[in-house]
Amino acid sequence: MASQVAVEQDAIIREEGYDDHFHEHHHGDKYQSNFITTYIFSQDHKIIARQFLITGIFWAIVGSAMSIIFRMQLGFPEESLAWLKPILGKWITISADGVGTLAPEFYYALVTMHGTIIVFFVLTAGLSGTFSNLLIPLQLGARDMASPFLNMLSYWFFFLASIVMFFSLFLNTGPFSGGWTAYPPLSALPQASTGSGAGMTLWIVSLVFFVVSVLLGGINYITTVLNLRTKGMSLWRMPLTIWAFFITAIIGLLSFPVLASGFFLLMFDRGLGTSFFLSEIYIAGEALPQVGGSPILYQHLFWFLGHPEVYIIILPAMGIVSEVMSVHARKPIFGYRAMVYSILAIAFLSFIVWAHHMFMAGVNPFISNFFVIFTLIIAVPSAVKVFNWISTLYKGNLRLNTPMLFAIGFVSMFISGGLTGIFLGNSAIDIVMHDTYFVVAHFHIVMGVAAFFGMFAGVYNWFPKMFGRFMNETLGKIHFWMTMIGAYAIFWPMHYLGMAGVPRRYYSFDTFDAFSHFDGTNKFITIAAIITFGAQLLFVVNFFYSIWYGKKMTTKNPWQSTTLEWTTPIKGIHGNWPGKLPVVHRWAYDYSKDETSDVDFIPQHHPLTENEVRTEH
Amino acid sequence: MSQVEYQRRNKIHPHKFALWVAMASIIMMFAALTSAYLVRQAAGNWLEYRMPGLFYINTAVILLSSFTLHGAYLGFKAGKELLYKVLLVISFILGIAFVVLQYYGWMALYDIGIYLTGNPSGAFFYMISGLHAVHVLGGIAALVVALIHAFVLKFKVTRKRKNRFQLVLHYWHFVDVLWIYLFVFVLLQH
Ligand code: HEM
Ligand SMILES: [Cu+2]
Repeated sequence: MASQVAVEQDAIIREEGYDDHFHEHHHGDKYQSNFITTYIFSQDHKIIARQFLITGIFWAIVGSAMSIIFRMQLGFPEESLAWLKPILGKWITISADGVGTLAPEFYYALVTMHGTIIVFFVLTAGLSGTFSNLLIPLQLGARDMASPFLNMLSYWFFFLASIVMFFSLFLNTGPFSGGWTAYPPLSALPQASTGSGAGMTLWIVSLVFFVVSVLLGGINYITTVLNLRTKGMSLWRMPLTIWAFFITAIIGLLSFPVLASGFFLLMFDRGLGTSFFLSEIYIAGEALPQVGGSPILYQHLFWFLGHPEVYIIILPAMGIVSEVMSVHARKPIFGYRAMVYSILAIAFLSFIVWAHHMFMAGVNPFISNFFVIFTLIIAVPSAVKVFNWISTLYKGNLRLNTPMLFAIGFVSMFISGGLTGIFLGNSAIDIVMHDTYFVVAHFHIVMGVAAFFGMFAGVYNWFPKMFGRFMNETLGKIHFWMTMIGAYAIFWPMHYLGMAGVPRRYYSFDTFDAFSHFDGTNKFITIAAIITFGAQLLFVVNFFYSIWYGKKMTTKNPWQSTTLEWTTPIKGIHGNWPGKLPVVHRWAYDYSKDETSDVDFIPQHHPLTENEVRTEH
Repeated sequence: MSQVEYQRRNKIHPHKFALWVAMASIIMMFAALTSAYLVRQAAGNWLEYRMPGLFYINTAVILLSSFTLHGAYLGFKAGKELLYKVLLVISFILGIAFVVLQYYGWMALYDIGIYLTGNPSGAFFYMISGLHAVHVLGGIAALVVALIHAFVLKFKVTRKRKNRFQLVLHYWHFVDVLWIYLFVFVLLQH
């Protein structure tokens, strides 16, 4: 049955597809003639997607390993870390009785790098870089991106950013250590802390490259979505993944330049002696010449990107979850239009709430009220999405495979973390909560874990499309359950720490009697983190093992999905479709439409049946 | 030539569209800087100074270059080879003149005691006009490419070359208008 459907699908494209004369011009070979142009400086969006993914996985391992190291120091300060000396060298100090301790400066450096790496390199580049590249042309019926060359540059700027950041880890003075938000004066004065010198210089250079990468990518995504959709693919027929990537790219394009401006001003302050962000500072008892600047100004510029950035991270995950959930629940996504409008609403609102990160920075309390209101309004479109996901699951014919489990896990995480956002969004409550572990719990659950879940759902779901093989299901399920339980075990207790006022980013709580009874909690969190980290190694093993030895994909459309990417050959080719392009006749969610048929999905390129024409028009 | 040539059905060329999207992000960058300017100015301790006359002249220079480049484009479209080449060269010279004159403008500012490391009002102006000059340099690089096309390739009015020229033209108009916005902004904020 399934193979018969497949044959029929090919025939539809062959007979009724759109002929763009693509293969009459043999320019494909020009791009991919040897190993270097095929796999390294490739201009093919499918290869670039894999490059983003694998670089992202590398950074995810590095970034999480850092968190394990600083958690060990925080949870078990009395245990010896001397065994880390071969890797960390002088950052481990050994006391007279042989106990190795992480140097406080390096603790801060690790916290900073962990945040920077996970937020920018993993959850921005690794997530939206991978899936926007893979899915935008494939799901829209395009031969490639609007500008494959810019697309290649986008990856290589990310690579350059990665190299610079990686190099900074090995500096004699260590990498930057002033927090992932890089507030001045720690980031503006090279003499302010050990990491503020060369470490910060490399940090900012790396991130400027990164901004270039995001902008080049974003320009391409937007242009491709608006200009290269195949015939029949109207905006309202696009899968929600594409809507999410599209809006994400727009947000990025409008907010990252603002961050760049902030960085330029910061560079001037660092190198040229201006005082945009600096005023009346004493270092080691000596007054600095800079006067008249405002550190709050930097915070405005940073958070004008910073808040949209969290949505740049979460929207692609939301798109992936919507798609995966609909496919594996065998039901149309509930409230497709509401899903699109809520993405648009979230995107719009994300630009007018940034000051909720600055309630405690001396912002006028009257102005704060506006930000409170807009911040709380974001909960409305967020709730619409959650409601729609749950309704999609309701009475669905659920396939509880790994991608689906991660999609459902995403919804759980998003609810838990979103609710704590509502606490923080009230400026009065934030007076107590700001800069405590409550905030850490909030954003790790709603952004860190949820976005990772979206990414996992995507990887497990589209792995066959990327590598022609499946990942191992059993390992996948173990990975899911360990991560799900582990993540809650790590971050749930942090809410209690935060409510008791335990500040984030502290190296030690020895001198605070009030927090001494949290010793056990901190140990528990550290152990949970180590186990959860171990579970991620299962994923890494599964991923690389499956690339070469996974179960082979034998049919084009293993998930019986309606979207166009599953009509392309199993082994991807340049230009994506061998002959004509599919023409789209319907939206992406025709699942279980015809109860009498034993095929419970109708692909997007299938013409409307007579029955449908009669009932729908 | 890329795949888009074969696939597009929309009226606007994807490369041109991509350029507009890029302009939107450049606008955001300068919008951020001018907002920062306003915020900082509102906080007081803000030095007022008189804008050196050179900047007015320079505004005229870049405005003029927009007109000459547009003329070159019209000449190209109409098949008037000489007009096209002459105006293109003039635009290029005016572009270089703009950057050089900006430099002299900064020197003039420096001479009246507005230092980069002094009051933020001066620092902001140096920073914003400097970043703008960098974008003009990008435009000059594009003009160099256009010049090479004009003098190396055989003169022929094709759709593809018209499109390419339009990319340069639009970007050049953009940095021109951007400068006028920035200049008027700074003048009005005095
Ligand atoms: C109902 C929705 C949400 C509300 C009302 C909300 C509110 C807030 C507030 C007020 C803060 C500042 C807390 C403080 O520093 O004192 C905060 C921090 C944060 N939120 Fe949310 N949030 C929401 C959803 C999200 C989502 C969806 C994400 C990411 C996908 C996210 C990511 C973050 C991050 C990364 C931080 C901390 C940044 C830092 O200081 O390092 N939030 N949130
Ligand atoms: Cu926020």
